[in-house]
Amino acid sequence: MATPAVVSAGNVLEVSHMSVNFDAVAVLMDLSFNVPKGSALAIIGPNGAGKTVLLRALIGALRFSGTVRWTQGVRIGYVPQKLDLERDIPITGVDFLSARAAVAHKPAADFSSVLTLVGIPLEVARQPIGTMSGGQFQRLLIAFALVGDPNVLLLDEPTAGVDEPGQEHLNKLVRRLQKNQGITVLFISHELSVVYQNADQVLCLSRARTCFGPPRTSLTPDLLREIYGTEVSYHVHDN
Amino acid sequence: MVVAIAMAVAAGLIGSFAVMKRMSLAADPLSHVALPGIGIALALHIHPVFGAVVMLAFGALLVWALEDRARATTESAIGVLFSAALAVGSLTTKGEDLIEALFGGAGALSWSEKLFGVSVASAIVIFILLSKNSLVMMMVSPDVARTAGVNVRRLDLLYLEAFALTIALGLRYLGVLLMGALIIIPAVTAKRLSHGLSGMLWISVTLSVISTVLGFGIATRLHREAGPIIVLVATALFLLSLFARRPRSGD
Repeated sequence: MATPAVVSAGNVLEVSHMSVNFDAVAVLMDLSFNVPKGSALAIIGPNGAGKTVLLRALIGALRFSGTVRWTQGVRIGYVPQKLDLERDIPITGVDFLSARAAVAHKPAADFSSVLTLVGIPLEVARQPIGTMSGGQFQRLLIAFALVGDPNVLLLDEPTAGVDEPGQEHLNKLVRRLQKNQGITVLFISHELSVVYQNADQVLCLSRARTCFGPPRTSLTPDLLREIYGTEVSYHVHDN
Repeated sequence: MVVAIAMAVAAGLIGSFAVMKRMSLAADPLSHVALPGIGIALALHIHPVFGAVVMLAFGALLVWALEDRARATTESAIGVLFSAALAVGSLTTKGEDLIEALFGGAGALSWSEKLFGVSVASAIVIFILLSKNSLVMMMVSPDVARTAGVNVRRLDLLYLEAFALTIALGLRYLGVLLMGALIIIPAVTAKRLSHGLSGMLWISVTLSVISTVLGFGIATRLHREAGPIIVLVATALFLLSLFARRPRSGD
């Protein structure tokens, strides 16, 4: 389980020899990597490679062997990929954000700034969460994470279900939070162009092999073919 | 009547989260667990409510432990274990006592029963009011709640124990089977009528109290047991709610 030991200076997270098994099936095997403070780590890999399992193990939701060390004073904001919500659950977006603020002992009431940041109108936040679209709820989850004033964000495909302009808006927001507020970001993405643009390091997971390093040097066409088992086309922005 | 109203408030609050947690059907099998406790307590000449409380607390612990496993396994295990509890309860409890335990009995409450009722109901209400924010997060996503600093497993256990105690509260008035109904029906009605959390909690508590007070009044006039009438009033209110439109915004 997560060990409250001291991590090396400059790192926010150190993972060493982490393995996760579901009954007899090994999902993650002997995974080791470090995440420097204020950096962005992209986690990529085909479906079923264990990307979500890794994030859930990091927050202590799944049992694992090996060690996970978070730096002291870490405040994690976690944005899960998809939630199975009943459409008529009587909890509004504002109820949900208020609950987070109350647990963090913060004054509630005004969420306008955080809602503006993620691009949700207040009228939408006042709706029951089950009636929100996938994209709106995804943005609400990011707002929820931000209400907790995190210094680490774990994002499981944060733009899944969000429309094209919304994706760009959220990608820019995450980049801005990382650059301006020094928030460390770990994000799962299937879009390699976003990985090249936003990540300082990339961790690739697959049954075939794992890799860890800066995207431009780690993600060679041969390696991507090996990980995904097929040719992968992508566009790298120069800026 | 004070004890009955306190019990109704606790049932309204605990039921709201039970419905949101999608455990509406759990009240019924869990209530069966009370029966062996009642039988054993009566055989040992201990107050039956004490036996019921101990067994219900144990049943909640069992559900909590099984929740860690796959959902299908939990449901199967609950189905088997709690049906077995009903069988053991039927064997260990005499006919009249069994009917009273299932559907409630007549007779005035003793001072110790009144004290038990009011204190347990107050403890449940305080627990829900203090934990409602953590419970809301846990309902939406246990993982998200966990990263917000909520001890999800402990909160889940406390909630299940509070749920089990609420069933025990209704033992003398409604019986364990009908108490399950009073926990769930007003909350289901409230879910239909409310738009947000506070509306859900207020409506559920109000309907639960109205069902209890009105049920007692009607039962007294008709010289009938209160339990079934209370549940029928709650059901009638639910049926009436089918004609109401859910509010689109605000409560």
